[in-house]
Amino acid sequence: MSALQAKPSQGNLIEVRDLRQTLSGQEILRGVNLDIPKGQTMVLLGRSGGGKSVFLRHLIGLMRPLSGSIRIEGEEIAGLEERELEPVRRKIGMLFQDGALFDSMTVFENIAFPLRERGERNENLIREKVARSLELVSLMGQEKKMPVNLSGGMRKRAALARAIISEPACILYDEPTAGLDPIVSDTINRLIRRLQSQLNVTSVVVTHDMISTNHIADRVSLLREGKIHFDGSLKELHASTDPVITDFIEGRSHEID
Amino acid sequence: MKFPYSFPLTRAFCLYLGQVVLLAGEAFTSIFSGRVRWRLVVNQIVEIGFGSQAVVIITGIFTGAVFTAQIFFQFNALNMSSAVGPVVSIALCRELGPVLTGLMVAGRVGAAMSAEIGTMKVTEQIDALRALAVNPVDYLVVPRAVAMMVSMPLLVGECIFFALTASYYVATQILNVNSVFFLQHMWFYTHSRDMVMAMIKGFVFALIVVFVGCQQGLTTSNGAVGVGRSTTEAVVISSLTILMINFFLTMGLNIIFPAGGRF
Repeated sequence: MSALQAKPSQGNLIEVRDLRQTLSGQEILRGVNLDIPKGQTMVLLGRSGGGKSVFLRHLIGLMRPLSGSIRIEGEEIAGLEERELEPVRRKIGMLFQDGALFDSMTVFENIAFPLRERGERNENLIREKVARSLELVSLMGQEKKMPVNLSGGMRKRAALARAIISEPACILYDEPTAGLDPIVSDTINRLIRRLQSQLNVTSVVVTHDMISTNHIADRVSLLREGKIHFDGSLKELHASTDPVITDFIEGRSHEID
Repeated sequence: MKFPYSFPLTRAFCLYLGQVVLLAGEAFTSIFSGRVRWRLVVNQIVEIGFGSQAVVIITGIFTGAVFTAQIFFQFNALNMSSAVGPVVSIALCRELGPVLTGLMVAGRVGAAMSAEIGTMKVTEQIDALRALAVNPVDYLVVPRAVAMMVSMPLLVGECIFFALTASYYVATQILNVNSVFFLQHMWFYTHSRDMVMAMIKGFVFALIVVFVGCQQGLTTSNGAVGVGRSTTEAVVISSLTILMINFFLTMGLNIIFPAGGRF
């Protein structure tokens, strides 16, 4: 049975079939097939520039595939128009690589933004929810700061608070630990774990950080040359004898000095 | 038919024009569908309208003053100094007021719009808006468009008022034109239709500045260099478009509001 004919599982939040994308004439995704089960943390590994972030952006409709299918809770989103994607996007939160906080707003306004945009006018409720989100990401007392005055780790945590405030079913993380020191990276990893256990969200984490992967992953996939090279549990990843996987895990380039 | 499309420049121009028109169409659809965030509109009116006043007033004052002086130097030689008022007034209402306001606003506001939206684009803030199910056209373009459409005609009026005030002062206090003649003739030869023409031009220039500025911002790429390029292009394109469209507006509006009825 071909991947396109694969029967969708009942337990999957996201199902991707034969996803193809070309950027500047270069084929980035060459038929990606991937199922992301509900309530699990799926880590997508791959080399830098290998199309991981491009893949992630397709899951929330920020990029349109050249061909293929993306189903979120059974709903096909690949052919939807920008405005038709809005209900789908309300189910999904996304943490961008640099946070992408709105730099004209304070941390509080950034985090309250999704609530206000969805019509919430009760200021007490907004304050309460923002405080809860900030507490979840351990960023209390920073509400009045502007994003430019936050460190890289704090910006990511504030962006995560913004992504989770409207309680999405799924959170997409684009390189959540990139550029952070090991201690802050560990804080972010624990946060991803805590969010999964407390809010029962499905997480898709794009990274090439193996420490982070070992900490947070329920399932791991490896994207190589535009296709899913490996898809399995963390245990299966470490048990694999495939040289591509072992090289990636151990960080071997095979270049001669 | 094939000939103009073979020129890359013609094709690029048609593509660009199409993008700006599509953006304008999307923004107007949002406005007529009621997707207007009035709080943001008020913020933008303060930023665009209130914030541009100093630039527009200074432009108006010195244009009115220098134009009056030049007209006086030419007309006085023909012993027609009493015609200075109406000539200055009509020229300011029909041409200089709207065009200079348009150019100044394009430089100040068009550049700011392009830079701000362009920076948001390259730092993924526009993608963040989209990911949060907020349409960037509704959130960024519509408030700016509404604010510009409200502010520009008022700024044009303000520019003309201060230009005429400066003109009156220069003519009567420095060049010794009789103030009664100046005012009487100015009042007699200037019609409300001249002011209506100024407002219409201001409105059209507002659309040019806002949609060119926003389009440049929304299509920015290549980081800081791209933001700089977009900002420059926004000012250059909107300024040149204002100057070109102004000619066609003048010819078209002159049919509806003919000039020089009492001369």
